Amino acid sequence: MQKIGVFVCWCGSNIAATVDVAKVIESVKAIPDVAFAADYRYMCSEGGQELMQNAIREQGLTRVVICACSPRMHEATFRKAAEAAGLNPFLLEIANIREQCSWVHKDKAVATEKAIALAKAAIAKVRFNSPLQAGESEVVKRALVIGGGIAGIQTALDIAEAGYKVDLVEKKPSIGGRMSQLDKTFPTLDCSACILTPKMVDVAAHPNITIYTYSEIEKVSGYVGQFEVDIRKRARSVKADLCTGCGVCQDKCPSRKTPNEFNQGLDNRSAIYITFAQAVPKVPVIDREHCLKFQTGKCGICEKVCPSKAIDYTQEDEIITQKYGAIVLATGFETIDLTKFGEYQYDKSKDVITSLEFERLTNAAGPTEGHLQRMSDGKQPKHIVFVSCVGSRDVSGRGKEYCSKICCMYTAKQAMLTREKYPDTDVTVFYIDVRTPGKGFDEFYRRAVEEYNVHYIKGQVGKILEQGDHLKVYASDALSNTHIALDADMVVLATAIQPSPDAKKLATMLTASIDTNNFFTEAHAKLRPVESPTAGVFLSGVCQGPKDVPETVAQAGAAAVKVLGILSKDKLATNPCVAYCNEKICSGCLACENVCPYGAIAGEERTVINLNGKREQRVVSVVNVALCQGCGACTVACPCGAMDLNGFSNKQITAEVDAIC
Amino acid sequence: MLEAAACENTNHEPLIVAFCCNWCSYAGADGAGTARKTYPANIKIIKVPCSCRVNPLFILRAFLRGADGVILCGCHPGDCHYTSGNYYTRRRMKLLMSMLSFLGIEEGRMRVEWVSAAEGNKFSETMNSFAETIKGLGENVKLRDLRCKK
Repeated sequence: MQKIGVFVCWCGSNIAATVDVAKVIESVKAIPDVAFAADYRYMCSEGGQELMQNAIREQGLTRVVICACSPRMHEATFRKAAEAAGLNPFLLEIANIREQCSWVHKDKAVATEKAIALAKAAIAKVRFNSPLQAGESEVVKRALVIGGGIAGIQTALDIAEAGYKVDLVEKKPSIGGRMSQLDKTFPTLDCSACILTPKMVDVAAHPNITIYTYSEIEKVSGYVGQFEVDIRKRARSVKADLCTGCGVCQDKCPSRKTPNEFNQGLDNRSAIYITFAQAVPKVPVIDREHCLKFQTGKCGICEKVCPSKAIDYTQEDEIITQKYGAIVLATGFETIDLTKFGEYQYDKSKDVITSLEFERLTNAAGPTEGHLQRMSDGKQPKHIVFVSCVGSRDVSGRGKEYCSKICCMYTAKQAMLTREKYPDTDVTVFYIDVRTPGKGFDEFYRRAVEEYNVHYIKGQVGKILEQGDHLKVYASDALSNTHIALDADMVVLATAIQPSPDAKKLATMLTASIDTNNFFTEAHAKLRPVESPTAGVFLSGVCQGPKDVPETVAQAGAAAVKVLGILSKDKLATNPCVAYCNEKICSGCLACENVCPYGAIAGEERTVINLNGKREQRVVSVVNVALCQGCGACTVACPCGAMDLNGFSNKQITAEVDAIC
Repeated sequence: MLEAAACENTNHEPLIVAFCCNWCSYAGADGAGTARKTYPANIKIIKVPCSCRVNPLFILRAFLRGADGVILCGCHPGDCHYTSGNYYTRRRMKLLMSMLSFLGIEEGRMRVEWVSAAEGNKFSETMNSFAETIKGLGENVKLRDLRCKK
């Protein structure tokens, strides 16, 4: 008979206020093979762990059940402690009586009854637990960072500085991301390019970093320590090794009517182009869709004018296959589409622009060389209205329910900079709330109001109409409870941000989960904020949730540290909860092989002892434990019941079912 | 169904087993807990690595032992941690459900739902709605005699 120890945690009052802990102890003590039962205020604390360890040693416990918070929280903690006391860590199970009991049920009698049922189910299961040994797998000492914005750049630099190889993959022709489009950054008003471009140069010059721009992830397989990734390096039609970045090709290109993505479509670019002056790498790319040579076969001017013979119209996409120990997602964001917000006239009026467009308009390297002017007539606006929360905190279903977090601050920045550069301009901001929870943020906002006389009106803009050469802004003033109408020459919409559309595709490829808004989900919201639930996949920047530059840089560093935690090891312990085959009853039908998503099962001719005790030579299924990830698909496909799964065996699950029903 | 409900104890508190995959739905259930989104206590969760680990025999076992309802929750199609596990689940459970109705176990007693790790609200709403359905169906009398319980 087993000697099972049961430990019930109070979790302060989190469990004890709703579950009668003493009653749980009393119930489990009545079970014959429960040799020891005790409760403790905080089982996860040092004292709680010691209580368990002493009981294992002194009572000679052979199995342990902890009734506490979710196993996602502390299963690893308790298993480690059990191992230190000499018990195989896989002989311990958790009954989740906090998240799935005390926190969701209010009635104490009902919750106590359920806690007892969950404890009994865990006890029933643990009787069938077997001691398991984790295997080992090699670690490839190279990291992949997907996304070349400030998040990806910082993560790549931090990993490279620690002495490991990093590949940085960026979809666009240059690294730099959204930050390269910004003019100044709050709350210090540093020039964005001045703080970003040196980092871009560092990345390009670093011996440990390889940059793949104009490239995308094609395929991902493998697991932590051993990912195998196909990168599609799209054809630039320019030989990067020969190009000097002189820019003659883009000056002479006759096809100049393509909206310039870098300037948010405020002006046009040529078909062969360098994204922006400080681009890394400073190598142009031919946009084949708009190139006359590719579309009509005539032209070829760039090839003729290129002094270094770098143009290559025959270049083809290249697939690079590389192995990595860890992957960081840093795919960033875009602004939402405003077509559903007709009231702002964004699609109709050239003088209604998004904040990101405003950044380009005020940037010295932008389409107007930094002169703030209306896109309709080139005049300098005298009255500007900023509208906050355009599509953010929107429960109507047109926008996003979440707060985009950065808009309050960049709106204050844009309003302040406008007043500073053009003191005769009248600036009004409409807001729902002004949120400034950051170091120096509220002081910054107050400067905008107090020193720069920006008019802040609490209220929402309901309608904007074009009237002659100006705009009429109709809004509510919530504090005076009145409706107001303002004349404006320009309206700037603080548009909600959303994850890059590639996030969803990558989530599927990497089996990293995303939330309902397509932000990547962290493994634990508080304790593992830069890890995805998939081992070896980490999160950096806005792809995990809205954040500003300093937060992004901090998270990027954190993700790098997590990567280093993997790369610094030669071997990783593998999950021993893998499938195994009972060769005695395996018929060799290989139904399991067909369903295995990892190709971890294969038929092999072996000498086996059959159910009658006779030796025979036949084909049986063999599981490659290095490849098996432990999903259990094979166990259900097996018609003989020969396939089973460590940690979640048929007996273990059936025992739980029986205990509950 | 009406007949069954009419002749049975109307105060019957149903017993419901919820199989939840480790990566999405079990985390979603934790999310419901963290957000204090309540659902009936007669729902007991069994953790499995993937929804595809759930053998239809486990579900039949639960019904035989007296469960009034069984719900199986996994990652949304396309989001499976094991890439394709929930696709197997979808096909297997479709077959199981048609067999259950052939055996005379009401269709509503078995449900498959996709709940992601971020959908604590959805987890709670799903459990509430399933519990209500099962309450409406009453005790699972079809297999009562097979249980040999007094």
